[in-house]
Amino acid sequence: MAIRLPVRSLGSDQNETESRLLTRLHLDAPLMIGLLILCGFGLLVLYSASNQDLGSVRRQLVRLGIAFGFMIALAQVHPARLRSWSPPVYGLGVLMLVAVLLFGDVGKGAQRWLDLGFMRFQPSEILKLAVPMMVAWLLAARPLPPSLLRVLGAAVLTLIPMLLIAKQPDLGTAILVAAAGAAALFIGGLSWRLILAIAVGAAAAAPMLWYGMRDYQRQRVLTFLDPESDPLGSGYHIIQSQIAIGSGGLFGKGWLNGTQSHLEFLPERHTDFILAVVGEELGLAGILALLMLYLFLIYRGLVIAANASDAYGRILAGALSLVFFVYVFVNTGMVTGLLPVVGVPLPLVSYGGTSVVTLMAGFGLMMSIQTHRKALQF
Amino acid sequence: MAVRASLAAAVVLLAMSLLVVRLVRLQVHQHEHYSVLSRDNRVKVQPVPPTRGLIYDARGILLADNHPSFSLEITVEKVEDLPATIEALSTMIPGDGKDLARFERLKRQRVRFEGVPLRSNLTPEEVARFSVDSYRFPGVGVRAELIRTYPKGVLTAHVLGYVGRINAEEMTRIDVSDYAGTHFIGKGGVEKAHEDALHGHVGYQQVEVNARGRVLRTLESKAPVPGRDLHLFLDAGLQQAANDALGDNRGAVVAIDPRTGGVLAMVSKPGFDPNPFVEGITQADYHALLYSPDKPLFDRAVRGQYPPGSTVKPFVGLAGLASGVVDARKTKYCPGFFQLPGQSHRYRCWRRGGHGSVALEQAVVQSCDVYFYDLAYRMGIERLQGFLGEFGFGARTGIDVAGELGGLVPSREWKERTRKQPWYPGETLIVGIGQGAFLATPLQLAAATAALANRGRFIQPRVVRAYQVPGSPEIEELPARAHPVEVGDPHHWDQVIRAMTEVVEGARGTAKRIQTSAYRIAGKTGTAQVFSVGQKESYNAARLNKEMHDHALFIAFAPVEDPRIAVAVIVENGGHGGAVAAPVARQVMDARLGGGSLLAREETADGD
Repeated sequence: MAIRLPVRSLGSDQNETESRLLTRLHLDAPLMIGLLILCGFGLLVLYSASNQDLGSVRRQLVRLGIAFGFMIALAQVHPARLRSWSPPVYGLGVLMLVAVLLFGDVGKGAQRWLDLGFMRFQPSEILKLAVPMMVAWLLAARPLPPSLLRVLGAAVLTLIPMLLIAKQPDLGTAILVAAAGAAALFIGGLSWRLILAIAVGAAAAAPMLWYGMRDYQRQRVLTFLDPESDPLGSGYHIIQSQIAIGSGGLFGKGWLNGTQSHLEFLPERHTDFILAVVGEELGLAGILALLMLYLFLIYRGLVIAANASDAYGRILAGALSLVFFVYVFVNTGMVTGLLPVVGVPLPLVSYGGTSVVTLMAGFGLMMSIQTHRKALQF
Repeated sequence: MAVRASLAAAVVLLAMSLLVVRLVRLQVHQHEHYSVLSRDNRVKVQPVPPTRGLIYDARGILLADNHPSFSLEITVEKVEDLPATIEALSTMIPGDGKDLARFERLKRQRVRFEGVPLRSNLTPEEVARFSVDSYRFPGVGVRAELIRTYPKGVLTAHVLGYVGRINAEEMTRIDVSDYAGTHFIGKGGVEKAHEDALHGHVGYQQVEVNARGRVLRTLESKAPVPGRDLHLFLDAGLQQAANDALGDNRGAVVAIDPRTGGVLAMVSKPGFDPNPFVEGITQADYHALLYSPDKPLFDRAVRGQYPPGSTVKPFVGLAGLASGVVDARKTKYCPGFFQLPGQSHRYRCWRRGGHGSVALEQAVVQSCDVYFYDLAYRMGIERLQGFLGEFGFGARTGIDVAGELGGLVPSREWKERTRKQPWYPGETLIVGIGQGAFLATPLQLAAATAALANRGRFIQPRVVRAYQVPGSPEIEELPARAHPVEVGDPHHWDQVIRAMTEVVEGARGTAKRIQTSAYRIAGKTGTAQVFSVGQKESYNAARLNKEMHDHALFIAFAPVEDPRIAVAVIVENGGHGGAVAAPVARQVMDARLGGGSLLAREETADGD
């Protein structure tokens, strides 16, 4: 199954009709519109999921505002400069991960935060952008497809931060960082033979992984395989969220009228499990609408990748789109019971600050790649 | 490689279709099934909170207990017409205005979907009356819970702290799932510092409920891990003795066992009864405590920062000996004042006529300021501050009582940072006699005295000796944390301890009134200025308000030969340390060591 993305020759006149303001701000209209609709939808769901707590909605709105600011700022940066920033950003990110392990704050049993005195943040967030940037930098330095040596180099550059993050332990983010590196390699033209080899290797390594996992991570996998085995612990999440979604039916119980969500049966309902609120209150129609929005954003990102003027831009834009997809898929898969429970939020809808900024910054990078294309010709 | 982007799009679509298939299965094919499950979501998972650990004193006397109590609670989010509900409940179970005021206050601080108590301590008849009519009150229920009580009340209020209802702010700091079902959390003192051990871990039970939410049967359960009991170093008898010794004065007493660092008694007066705080004290009662001029809620023992006055002289003297600035045999002439080279300002000794020639021992015994001005001047503020830091001055001791403050040993760097002013040599002199910006808590003084009694083994003071899992015979002793204080020649300890012994046992000592035949005491009196006296004026206690009177201080340890107790006493606005604070310390030491009655002596001591 192959899909043809609309690849335009460079210098086509597609920008002529776009608003001059958007052009001057280096913003991509389709992405911008899609993101605004998605965030608006997210706030409406959050209002219901938080039991109509305007305070939560307001706080989320502020976060989104900051995140849009980051996006717009990054869109101004020329891809050539982004490319030259890649190694230092990556190096700094890895250093901060090491610092977190050495001096980080412990919150909820995991060590993820770095306290800078005036603010606390999670350095692992930076790596979600830095890893695809770094791998793109490495692969784009020579003609594609990459040599075996470069593939190995890219794998090492991905594994170092991934292992550091997994050690915190933050399995969700580690998966996203690994996905970012893998996606960059795939877009960069990793040979099919290697893809097959890696797949076989991964299957063989799965038992090893099991022994490397922490108790609670193993518990999650076991619970996933048989939710009824642990109805009090993590299985409870899965059972309750499936009841919420299933009882929503085609069109849902109506906005603000979810009984599961509001009678406290649904845990984490405004953070990781917010999709269950969508499913219960807005039904299959609501979830499909949301998924269409996500698909549109991913599709647009892949179009940007396909049209990118150089290999760096193509790999980076493609990898970021695919990471966004992994976000969506891991979260929706977890809430619907397709995948085990890993702490990955529903992008731009779940309540919470750290991932929102990184996600929007990623879209800023894509916009930069798209909107600086013409300038390259001259 | 644009082909790869297209391939990726294909993968994305494939994965998304998988998801849609799953959603259709859940929301279309199994919709009926899940609708039924949702409609009577019969199976509920209820948290079972752990029982909070008990607290025992050194002799096994219970200081913090749990007793069962029934309370009427309203889950505000589930009630449609709150005023009407409260009105109806009030006719059924009469209460007073205080209950309502408390309800309003707790309602504002509540955690969403958590019950807020309207009435506490229901009688069995009241519980029965409500149960009959409970169907009329959705969102209202009777809760049986264990309420913390403090049998010794005011006596242990400051050191133990108290528990209270978890508020929204605390909710952000705790592991919410572990506190599901727990309604109380340590708000201060030992209760807060040892919260993790005392709390334990939550358990769960899976229950089947009927449509009205009543539990029909328990399907499965996982027992909670109860909180651990605490065994303290604190001795309730000694605590009582310290409390009685202070009488009606404002002040604090801290007594430490030098051998363990264990706090034997820690009293701050006035105190308060912690019991009303547990279930929520009324606004009026709380304000009465909060705004009382005597500040009963203020824990003077660990938060009261006072100029230590002359009680630091033994430590400053040690600093001089350790650094080689002074020699215990050499004397310094005290004409009644000290002048910095090339300056006319006279730094006065408390004795206007001067002490004449004094060596270290007499300088400590007679508390000669000039000797210590000279010592501090020659030593310099950096070295002095560093040495005092070894004894725990200027930083929190890290005791397991929440809310401790660290006092202050001023320094060049501190002054430039906070006041944007340079350091003047004269300020070094003032630090040498424990005045000026120099601040210490009674706890710091007691810990430093214990380290001196130990000849340099500084043990971090602690209140809790051990943890015990309830019902288990095993007792987990908590480790002590200690560091050595180096003074070079070990004889330096003897020299300073001999001087402190003279303060009590000597004929000219400032605390000789507390001599006893039962054991020998080493001590040092002190007076902390509240009101500064001008260069030409003289201090006249009779002319000043009581609030302006000096604070009386005393540090001591005993027996000199084998110290088993180190005490620090401060009596706010008490005047002279020897007259007021020393007898308090003596009573506490008597209670610990057993001694004759305080020798009735005429007031002969002069100086502070």
